[in-house]
Amino acid sequence: MEWDWDFVRQILPTLIEGVKITILATLLGSVLAAVVGLGIALARRSPNRALSRTVGFVAEFIRGTPLLVQLYFIFYVLPDFGVLLPPLVAGVIGLGLHYGTYTAEVYRAGIDNVPRGQWEAAKACNLNATQTWTHIIIPQAIPPMIPALANYFIAMFKETPLLSAITVLELMNQAKSVANTYYRYIEPITLVGAFFLAISLFSVVLLRWLEHRYGRIER
Amino acid sequence: MTQWSGYFGLILQGALVTIELTLMGSVLALVMAFLAGLGRLSRFFVLRALATAYIEFFRGTSIFVQLFWAYFVLPFAGISLTPLQAGVLALGLNVGAYAAEVVRGAIKSIGREQYEACTALNLGRWQAMRHIILPQALLVMLPTFGNNAIELLKATAVVSLISLADLTFQAQVVRSQTGNTLVPFSTILVIYFVLALLISWGVRSLERRMARGLDGVRV
Repeated sequence: MEWDWDFVRQILPTLIEGVKITILATLLGSVLAAVVGLGIALARRSPNRALSRTVGFVAEFIRGTPLLVQLYFIFYVLPDFGVLLPPLVAGVIGLGLHYGTYTAEVYRAGIDNVPRGQWEAAKACNLNATQTWTHIIIPQAIPPMIPALANYFIAMFKETPLLSAITVLELMNQAKSVANTYYRYIEPITLVGAFFLAISLFSVVLLRWLEHRYGRIER
Repeated sequence: MTQWSGYFGLILQGALVTIELTLMGSVLALVMAFLAGLGRLSRFFVLRALATAYIEFFRGTSIFVQLFWAYFVLPFAGISLTPLQAGVLALGLNVGAYAAEVVRGAIKSIGREQYEACTALNLGRWQAMRHIILPQALLVMLPTFGNNAIELLKATAVVSLISLADLTFQAQVVRSQTGNTLVPFSTILVIYFVLALLISWGVRSLERRMARGLDGVRV
């Protein structure tokens, strides 16, 4: 079978519809992951042992199981308990929770990397806890986290095709439906691959720049 | 309620397929990791370029897209793969690309003085690699290889979408036959988690064994 440019032109508008959903899911998922990760990181630092242990275990569990199964769980199991979510919302929650457990580690490393002396100096200057965090710790902890966080958001972007399994009409699902309609797989699936490859190669350049600008963080 | 044991048998069969895929995928990934990782450090430009292209290509698109490409597009090029072959190929090549960067990083982390000592002892390039550099680098690679193996285990869930009867696929079968969603999905989540724990435990004990003769050598 030959590569057919006319067919490519014919299916491109449908694929672009999918691209929009893919990007939307990535953006919403990234915001959720950033917030969830912060929550997990703070809970794990909590002096309350029961809380930090429980959250730690749950995060470990989510990180040790496949995203696809978690998506199924949110989409198929939660309705039994009266929580009926639209596919896109379920997908965004799945992405946000899964990658939130990864970003939590970035936050943890970022906070731990602030030298002890800074904490002691804050205490010596008689700053209270809120002042210490907002003026001393967070401004120093955030910049080195940025490249590592961006890395996970790019990884999340590449995982969005999984949402097609819970009927979100993102790029992969659009490609599959066009492929099934015309029974031509070469163009749609290859275009999806090319699209993700192009964005990833671009993001490699972006990451290099971020690392150069903000420095690297040990994970 | 008596048929639950039958459904559980189905899930166990799925677990065997998942384990089989993880093992075969890991072997392929390991081979590719060393080929591409050493390739990137080669003296020859062609080898370096080939290895870099492989790594960027497979890290740039997600496992899902690669799997669909292998399963749906390759047949048009005259290469028909069974779902199992497509799964092992996509998983091994994808994770191999990530692990190749681990191999490269570990080899580069070995100090200059080790190479100088090899030159002083008049060892050839291959001898130095085989007897001096790799035994030390292997220990550095091992923990990250463990993480890669867990990523591979999690990625196997995707093969259920090309009708390979793994854990996730069997859970869907149970769901469609019983209408119950909570039990099958919770069960497989726990099984995946236990498998992930087994991998990290196995890697840790392997690391202890390999580090045995190196006490005091490494800091």
